[in-house]
Amino acid sequence: MALSVIARLEPGSRAAKRGMSDLAIRNLFIIPTITFLIVFNIFPLLYSLGYSFTDFRASTNAPAKFVGLDNYKFLLNDEFIWRNFTITAKYVIISVTGQVIVGFGMAMLLNRDIPLKGLITTLLMLPMMLSMAVVGLFWKLLYDPSFGIINYGLGLGKFEWLADPDVALYAVALTDIWMWSPFVMLLSLAGLSAVPKHLYEAAEIDRAGSFYTFTRITLPLVAPILMIAIIFRTMEAFKTFDMAYILSSQPTTELIAIRLYKMAFLEWQTGQSSAFAYIVLIMVVAITNIYVKYLNKVKER
Amino acid sequence: MKTNFKNLMAGAAVCAMSSTSLAAEELVIFWAEWDPANFLQELVNEYEEVSGIEVIVETTPWSDFQTKAFTEFNARGDAYDMIVGDSQWLGAASTGGHYVDLTDFFSEHNLAEVMAPATVKYYAEYPGNSGSYWAIPAEGDAVGWSYRKDWFEDPAEMAAFNEKYGYDLAPPATWAELLDIAEFFHRPDEDRYGVAIYTDNSYDAMVMGVENAIFSYGADLGDFETYKVDGHINSPAAVQALEDYKRLYGYTPPGWAKTFFVENNQAITEGLTAMSMNYFAFFPALLNEATNPHAADTGFFANPAGPTGAQFAALGGQGISVVSYSDKQEESMKFLEWFISDDVQKRWAELGGYTAHAKTLSSDEFRNATPYNEAFYQTMFKVKDFWAVPEFAELLTAANQRLYPFIVGDEGTAQETMDALARDWEATFKKYGRTE
Repeated sequence: MALSVIARLEPGSRAAKRGMSDLAIRNLFIIPTITFLIVFNIFPLLYSLGYSFTDFRASTNAPAKFVGLDNYKFLLNDEFIWRNFTITAKYVIISVTGQVIVGFGMAMLLNRDIPLKGLITTLLMLPMMLSMAVVGLFWKLLYDPSFGIINYGLGLGKFEWLADPDVALYAVALTDIWMWSPFVMLLSLAGLSAVPKHLYEAAEIDRAGSFYTFTRITLPLVAPILMIAIIFRTMEAFKTFDMAYILSSQPTTELIAIRLYKMAFLEWQTGQSSAFAYIVLIMVVAITNIYVKYLNKVKER
Repeated sequence: MKTNFKNLMAGAAVCAMSSTSLAAEELVIFWAEWDPANFLQELVNEYEEVSGIEVIVETTPWSDFQTKAFTEFNARGDAYDMIVGDSQWLGAASTGGHYVDLTDFFSEHNLAEVMAPATVKYYAEYPGNSGSYWAIPAEGDAVGWSYRKDWFEDPAEMAAFNEKYGYDLAPPATWAELLDIAEFFHRPDEDRYGVAIYTDNSYDAMVMGVENAIFSYGADLGDFETYKVDGHINSPAAVQALEDYKRLYGYTPPGWAKTFFVENNQAITEGLTAMSMNYFAFFPALLNEATNPHAADTGFFANPAGPTGAQFAALGGQGISVVSYSDKQEESMKFLEWFISDDVQKRWAELGGYTAHAKTLSSDEFRNATPYNEAFYQTMFKVKDFWAVPEFAELLTAANQRLYPFIVGDEGTAQETMDALARDWEATFKKYGRTE
């Protein structure tokens, strides 16, 4: 019933003149997308699920042997894999928190009448328009202890941003914050400009303080859109590969995506890496679900 | 719009036709992106003059060489007719059916004697001592050292060194001397440092560096025939070697935590360090005034001997193999026949390639051609290599995971590191059924 409503053609349209039926038009739009999705997403997803229970290696001619849950058992018991997970969790928390603070802060600053607001907003968005690999390459130069501009500007001497195992992860997260804060800023700005002005006026009449106005009016109304920004950034941070791979090869910055890449395409442990990819997938889906639940709660309020 | 589309289709058709007509007279060799690949392109241009067949040397950066090559192999692709593959790949590529068996070609041309013995053993044969050959030794290479002659020959430095250490300052003959000299020249406040070593923990970079120490200290990675590692890689000599490699790390410039051949040559060209470890293949750039302002003051020496007098070096270099999915195997074989001839090998050496051809290698002409050829010639007779088994990449990962935190991150002790590595390797060999 609903379908016929959606698929009803405008009688005067060109498609109707050519004698195409509602159904034909619908199929024309949907079938290619579905086919694409099945061939390039669903099929490999299921195929790799099968591989994850075998000892298959793409680099040899040896047939795949069924090993049951061995791959999963090995991965979840491997101390290095757990280290990769801990590192990734730390990275996601630092980087997303940083982006929300910086991005939301910038949005607050921009959410007022200032000259050249459009130009400033556009310029601030430049970092996220660059390629991750390029950002990685030039931040490596910026961080260089001998000739990098960061140490020079901050007067840090020969401070080793990327060579010090304890600092390297923060350095990578800092680069990510620099690159993606504008994204959070953009979404926050959209949220902020949608807050009705009369609420602020009412708060002013009631002599509410600026902190009270922020926590009781601004934040709750921007929260849903801010949550969407956080979901996106968390998923992306979880998958971070190129930038971290280029910036540093410290074991303390080996994120799960990097370990997965090495396992799949350097060691060619196809079966085991499929299992690893599934573990990561389940984790990302679980975390996203928690967020979405929370988002719905926020919206209900 | 329609005419545009027609033009486009016509263009595509012409492209498709021209590429098929070219394909018959074209061979593609895949290699990593570095100077020797450019020298090889120059060499193979001469093959076109003789045979009319165009040979193209296609390259990719070292960091994805292995990934790209094996992705093509696994897809059974025929993009490359020949490949100048790393010595560690022999096991994976031969058992995987990616390389054409060249044993007959080897015996027909008596290559086991025509090429230097070490190169045949490490670049061509798999499994060890089996008499099965999969590659033609093409680019011989090993790790050597460059140093700043002007710093070493400065009278004031020489006097100060002699007073401190009780012997004359000269290119080190032993690892003990290497450590002394590195310590002596390490002066961070003058922006001068002792030594540049490999520390990049991706693929085999840092492992090659540590191998130099392990081999010269008289230790081995393991028994290549029984796959026994306990008692080899964690022997007292190997542990001592690792400890001294870590000591060397203390004398490197700041930020020396992800360094490989590019950075180690920069250490010399930028005037940062007194000595620098690198493959011989990268030394031509150090003698070039255009790329190295200190070219006139740069000297070279072979990897020094260890405490017991043993002297070895880690092997680099590659052999050239025929890809079994190529439909131009016959043409490739003809090309290889041309490539191994005496004249071509001599020309290869002249262009800057490190030939593995025994006759060319031992000729006075070759040995005196550059300041480092003599060191190269000597090194090529005392090289050792990493495991060449199909699961070499897993062994490398384990080595990187264990060695890097100790050398750069100062975690644990050398003994703990090597014991843990021995356990990892044992588990891997067990997994593939090589040991009980």
